[in-house]
Amino acid sequence: MENKTTIVNLTEEEFVYPGNRACSGCGLSIIYKIGLKALGKNTILVVPPSCLTVLQGVYPVSTTKLPVVNVTFASTGAAATGVRGAMKALRKEDVNVVAWAGDGGTGDIGIQALSGACERDEDIIYICYDNEAYMNTGIQRSGTTPQGVLTTTTPIKGKLQQKKDVPAIIAAHGIGYVATASAAYPLDLYDKVKKATTLPGPKYIHVHSPCPPGWNFESRYTIKIGKLAVQTGLFDLYEIEDGRFRLTGASKKLKGRERKPVTDYFATQGRFKSLDKDLVARVQAQIDAKWANY
Amino acid sequence: MHIIDSGNVAAATGVKLSRAQVIAAYPITPQTPLTEKLSEFVESEELDAQYIPVESEHSAMAVCIAASTAGTRAFTATSANGLLYMNEQLHWAVGARLPIVMCVANRGIGAPWTVWNDQQDTIAQRDVGWIQIYANDHQQIIDSVIKAFRLAQTVSIPVMVCYDGYLLSHTYMPFDLPDQEKVDEFLPPFKAANFLDPENPGNFNPVTLPDVRPDQSGTTRPGYIEIRHRLQMDLRASLEVYKEIDADYKKDFGRGGHPFVEEYKCDDADFVAVCIGSLSYHLRDVIDAMREDGIPVGVMGVQLYRPFPDQAIVQALAGKKHVIVFEKALSYGNQGALYADIKSALYNAADRPTIQNFILGLGGREIKTEQLLAVLREACAKPGTAEDTPRWVGLKL
Ligand SMILES: Cc1ncc(C[n+]2csc(CCOP(=O)(O)OP(=O)(O)O)c2C)c(N)n1
Ligand code: SF4
Ligand SMILES: [Mg+2]
Repeated sequence: MENKTTIVNLTEEEFVYPGNRACSGCGLSIIYKIGLKALGKNTILVVPPSCLTVLQGVYPVSTTKLPVVNVTFASTGAAATGVRGAMKALRKEDVNVVAWAGDGGTGDIGIQALSGACERDEDIIYICYDNEAYMNTGIQRSGTTPQGVLTTTTPIKGKLQQKKDVPAIIAAHGIGYVATASAAYPLDLYDKVKKATTLPGPKYIHVHSPCPPGWNFESRYTIKIGKLAVQTGLFDLYEIEDGRFRLTGASKKLKGRERKPVTDYFATQGRFKSLDKDLVARVQAQIDAKWANY
Repeated sequence: MHIIDSGNVAAATGVKLSRAQVIAAYPITPQTPLTEKLSEFVESEELDAQYIPVESEHSAMAVCIAASTAGTRAFTATSANGLLYMNEQLHWAVGARLPIVMCVANRGIGAPWTVWNDQQDTIAQRDVGWIQIYANDHQQIIDSVIKAFRLAQTVSIPVMVCYDGYLLSHTYMPFDLPDQEKVDEFLPPFKAANFLDPENPGNFNPVTLPDVRPDQSGTTRPGYIEIRHRLQMDLRASLEVYKEIDADYKKDFGRGGHPFVEEYKCDDADFVAVCIGSLSYHLRDVIDAMREDGIPVGVMGVQLYRPFPDQAIVQALAGKKHVIVFEKALSYGNQGALYADIKSALYNAADRPTIQNFILGLGGREIKTEQLLAVLREACAKPGTAEDTPRWVGLKL
């Protein structure tokens, strides 16, 4: 993007009231605050059960200064479709219709409704914050939990299977805009969300979201850990615009440079405690192979 | 103007006349032609609505829920497994107090697969909190759809309009098309008190706590149980509301006047057959034949099943000797649901008739007039000897 947002020109307008029910150090808290700034006032949010439901506050108190409709777990993509349909019927086309869901709500139970919305070319923005497990129900494995991670349903050996690549699945629908972002790089996220508000059709943004209790680290390390995921080349920041893939921000800067070893990232979190050497080596090899293709 | 067309087209035409704004549906037999007709209305621009061909029934109701929360008139239709697939969403639509209207072409549910008619699909959903209206013919289908939209937006509760699959959905009958201008007068545009509005943001369907809680200004706001109690009160109050809407409709269109039960030769009857749906019209032939033999029998079709019109039913059955309840569904492991509901309503009545339950027609098993005649003859010959266990009609093995 030509005009990158900086901390100097970032809007001071807030759409999230201070003080909410998220844990301290919550990556989602950062993403939500920044994402809503980028979306602006003329926005309607659709939210399934997740940590965001809780962050939003308990009736009759609400954290968000935008209209929000809470919907059932599997229905986010379809519910966003319904809001867009209503806006068309009411001739209020300039509203941003934004679905905001967790990784489980997106890549597992909600993938059918999301896939349907993408295929129908609905004019919606879908933001998935990926904290890599079902956190709201107490840290159970999800399709997007990485291999080897300890969760309450993979308590001893860690998850045996690989992380599902949800942005790739969504990109395979051929929609105009797919991007990844990280809570550790909020301005990069801001610019991507902002760009999404200017594009037609479905826009999907997948945001890596460190979670202190779920990943087992001290809440002051959220940004550090988010950055390490990018700096080790494990989680990449990119955009796929009209089918063209390009690395962005911190990931782009990594190109041709030496990346930190993935063990630097694993060492920061208790959830990787049961990783064995073989798996670590395999993950490092996967990262190296991926980057060889960039 | 009269036209001759199918029950599904009667339903679709009712939706068009009601000016639905957002329609989402997923095909399932025998509802499919209704969905096809609506997409045709929208594509031909006869109806100014958004038609959203979703990828499942769960999503169809999600679209309706969201579109209704945003302040538009929303419609969907389904049958059988499609209705069951929506179950979570049905509860959500009620809890969110949304005036969605849905048609259900009644069909039996799998396993094993059947595409044919019975009423297990909607009867199994009787406790979700939706209002359930049952139509007995094509005219009642189109009229009920229009009334349903007005009822739904008056009481902020979603309404199902149910009609027998194939028997009504796919048969052709003449019916009158209500005049659009008169429908517009009868059914004003939907204006939600609260809706998704960036100018006036609200958080819809948030997390609640078991207890009441003050808001920022110190006003006590309800907890979950108060919110649910209000729903129950409003559902009960909607009996009276529907009666008024039906009376209005009769004034404007000349049809109706029996919102709760539709009676046939019941006034002087000692014996009353009771059922839901088109079977009650089939039974009229049987009643006529028995009347020729001098048997004082009538038939009563239950038109509104939820909220249950218990007072109207008790009144209609007061002083009768014997009641025979026919059902194309049951509460498995117990009895017919309608039978149990009627018994419960009659429990406190001074002058209780005896009552008997027959299950028939499941999965589209043909119901023969002679069978009904034989069953009713026997029941009327030996009233008072009725047993509480439902009898099954027409079993061949
Ligand atoms: C149909 C249904 N199944 C299960 C649940 C329970 N549930 C609520 S939130 C949640 C996990 C959400 O995980 P994710 O989408 O990753 O968001 P997170 O909590 O991690 O923020 C589950 C399983 C539900 N609300 N609805
Ligand atoms: S569990 Fe994790 S994602 Fe959920 S509120 Fe706490 S820090 Fe945020
Ligand atoms: Mg999660």
